[in-house]
Amino acid sequence: MRHEVERDVERVVLALDVNGETRDVLVPVHKTLLEVLREDMQLTGTKHGCELGECGTCTVLIDGKPELSCLLLPVQLEGRAITTVEGMSHGPELHPLQVAFGELGAAQCGYCTPGILLSAKSLLEANPRPTRDEIRDALAGNLCRCTGYTKILQAIELAAGRMR
Amino acid sequence: MNDPPHPAASPPTSPHGGEVSLRVVGKPLPKVDAAAKVTGRAVYADDMLLPRTLHCKILRSPHPHARILSIDTSAARRIPGVQAVITGADLPVKFGILPVTQDERALEHEKVRYVGDPIAAVAATEEEIAAAACDAIVVAYEGLEPVMSIEAALSAPKDERIQDYGGPNNIHKLVALEFGDVDGGLARADHIREDVFFFQGNTHLPMEQHSAIATYVDGKVTLWSSTQVVHYVHRALAKVLELPMNRIRVIGAAHGGGFGGKTDPFAHEIIVSKLAMLTGRPVKCTLSREEVFYAHRGRHPVLMWVRTGVTSDGRITAMHFRSALDGGAYGSYGVASTFYTGALQTVTYDIPAYRFEGCRVFTNKPPCGPKRGHGTPQPRFALELHLEKIADDLGLDPVELKRRNFVKPNTRTVNWLRVTSCGLVQCTDAVINASRFHDRGKRPGHGMGFAISSYLSGAGTAIYWNDMPHSEVQIKVDRGGVTAYCGAMDIGQGSDSVLATIVAEELGLQPADVRLVTADTDTTPIDLGSYSSRVTFMAGNAALEAARKMRAMLAGAVAAKAGGDASEVEFRDGRIGGFSFEEACVLAESRYGTLTSAGSYTPPRIAGPYKGSGVGPSPAYSYSACVVDLDVDTRTGLIHVNRVWIAHDVGRAINPLLVEGQVEGSVYMGLGEALMEEQTFRKGLHKWPSMLEYKSPTFLDMPEVETFIVETIDAEGPYGAKEAGQGPLLPVPPAVCSAVHDAIGVWIDEIPVTPEKVIEALRRREKGEPPRYGPPHFPSIPYPPTIKVEPPEKDASTAAI
Repeated sequence: MRHEVERDVERVVLALDVNGETRDVLVPVHKTLLEVLREDMQLTGTKHGCELGECGTCTVLIDGKPELSCLLLPVQLEGRAITTVEGMSHGPELHPLQVAFGELGAAQCGYCTPGILLSAKSLLEANPRPTRDEIRDALAGNLCRCTGYTKILQAIELAAGRMR
Repeated sequence: MNDPPHPAASPPTSPHGGEVSLRVVGKPLPKVDAAAKVTGRAVYADDMLLPRTLHCKILRSPHPHARILSIDTSAARRIPGVQAVITGADLPVKFGILPVTQDERALEHEKVRYVGDPIAAVAATEEEIAAAACDAIVVAYEGLEPVMSIEAALSAPKDERIQDYGGPNNIHKLVALEFGDVDGGLARADHIREDVFFFQGNTHLPMEQHSAIATYVDGKVTLWSSTQVVHYVHRALAKVLELPMNRIRVIGAAHGGGFGGKTDPFAHEIIVSKLAMLTGRPVKCTLSREEVFYAHRGRHPVLMWVRTGVTSDGRITAMHFRSALDGGAYGSYGVASTFYTGALQTVTYDIPAYRFEGCRVFTNKPPCGPKRGHGTPQPRFALELHLEKIADDLGLDPVELKRRNFVKPNTRTVNWLRVTSCGLVQCTDAVINASRFHDRGKRPGHGMGFAISSYLSGAGTAIYWNDMPHSEVQIKVDRGGVTAYCGAMDIGQGSDSVLATIVAEELGLQPADVRLVTADTDTTPIDLGSYSSRVTFMAGNAALEAARKMRAMLAGAVAAKAGGDASEVEFRDGRIGGFSFEEACVLAESRYGTLTSAGSYTPPRIAGPYKGSGVGPSPAYSYSACVVDLDVDTRTGLIHVNRVWIAHDVGRAINPLLVEGQVEGSVYMGLGEALMEEQTFRKGLHKWPSMLEYKSPTFLDMPEVETFIVETIDAEGPYGAKEAGQGPLLPVPPAVCSAVHDAIGVWIDEIPVTPEKVIEALRRREKGEPPRYGPPHFPSIPYPPTIKVEPPEKDASTAAI
């Protein structure tokens, strides 16, 4: 693949609603949401593992549903509610999922953790009493290489119980 | 001012003698970095974007084997935004992780040896510009015949050898050692069996792509990197950049997963440092996922042959083990990997006579190196299956046959490895009982398999031989609290939490009360890094020594003020004797001046008296046992793992939550290797360099895991602790294969056990051929004359020799 450098690239001003705050950004139209979050908004809690939509690491919520930020363009997202891991806690108070992940050691290297937390948040909002298999289904698109998934499943179940 | 007292030599905390009651050690506490990890606050290398950062891209070879005739960077340099372009002429000094194989350059300018070999690098104001500039570099190549297999590497090359050392042909390393009388042992045997096995290569696949960012300020390079070993990166940078070490600072950024894949110094770390020196601006390079697959340094593909003699009741009389490793294009850790394929067979089974012949070859593929278990999962797979087959031949229960040969605690193996604490029996009992292994019901396609293993708690010798400690810790205490400094790198396994727990235990605090500064070559004393499962044992012991010295000062000051014996002063719940921690600090600082202490750990000198004995010795070995329960669909060949029971002798669990996490993660990675993961190539190109096509287990593939922590309280480990990060992976692949045999009666002697192999083995059985899928034979290898080593006294004392 040849890389093209288009210097007179089209740039747009967008008003993006991220974690409940609307911010204007000036970005090239081809820049992904992942890049805009990390590079233009300094929200580096959203990680990347492949930038091809394969690993789930860059998962964010769009209107509460998990989406891969490496495959989204911000030009599609004006007026949509974008949630990143930075938007999970309420002030200094962590989300019950974040607390449970910490307590049970569900985050080892922590790199897949933001994406998994957001997938889990979306699941629990739609289904407060998921079975273990329903959790597995909901998270099947998020890879983790450290934990063997076991403590993640336990932490989501612990948080679900506390949130009910 | 008074001299600080010496800490009590006897173990820690109890003034009353007997087994100490531990307050934080052994508790399932959250990791000290848990909050940073669950909030997205942890700063990984690619999260850093310093003002004026330039972005670096690396031009890599599209050919597996070629001479470089010319490199023309002039067009690239003319692209607006390009700030610097470098080639091999800018970084001519060779490096490599092992002193004996300094065979890599950050940028190659004479010859490329695998697809992905770095040739040139660009720093530009934007990543896209750097990528386009790489495209504009014109390289003329003269293609050379690629060498793509072990067999091809053993033959005479059509054009030229890959490396100009080693040999004959493309052989990198040959070794032949014999301990005791193998021929005599085989002659005494009632039954002799030979088998051939193959373990395909696979890769670490960390979720985080490698990333590094460097600055050059006031004549000094600072590099933040996703590395497991800041000290080795520091050494390599000093060598290649030709700077004194005091003008280089290496800092381990938050780490997104290593598994051994970030233990070599890498080209991109050197390149961004050089580009920062040339441009005076920060330079960052983050590898693409495809580049991570080619950076590799993962599991060697290993072909193995083993011949063992046993008595009719299943006792091993002698073993002869051969390995052939497909090393890829460079040395990396390969010499050590080669020895590791022959080293640890003896630490689980009592083998009275043992011959090992090993060989590593160069091929035109990304270099292999250490992945979780480094060189030992492959022979463990072969050994466990081989013993299952011997049990089958003798009509014995394989669990019983293995038990009869278990090593005993406090013995020395025939190849001079010192075994101290050993929980093999307890581990085996735990998984055999919990899984009801011997009372399982039988239904078509269902099977269970059992395997054991062992691993090092840190290598007994450093990568480069020296007499210095392997780990050093400093502690500073004042009214602002406790800070511990150590070069160890937390790669997610929780080494920072282990250090904090040990310091907290000694000082009567909670781990969260201990501030940590780790993995920074400017501010922390040297630790050799997160590899070979060494951090808990080595940095833990260094932290324990430093903490006990600090404790002695605090206790001494409190006793001087309040009267009584310093050894009677109790440390608990943030109080020291009758004083708050802060009050005690004031007393101690008034009495002794600045409150600092240091501890270090040097492993005992236990290597045997022969060349190559540096690989294998460890101050302690962990032990594991595993049972896998699965179903095989004989129509599709698909394997469904139902459940895994695993018991791990960790000595003592400093934090059981973290130990379980390591064990579960090891089982997961072992299942991935056993069932699906393979790093394979077609004409030099990786067949599936993406996370979708390189299959790894998802939430849907992972079975329930039942973990048993076995504590044997090792005499030399901190509070008795040993390793947990690697050992529990090892028994999983052989237990899977053994369960497949139990289920459908065919042997799959090759990892991974894919559906195609299962179906082919079943087809062979139907045709009346041997019901087996695996390598047909082991090649002829020109091993050197065997070095005969006299075995040690078996029940030698555990003291260092």
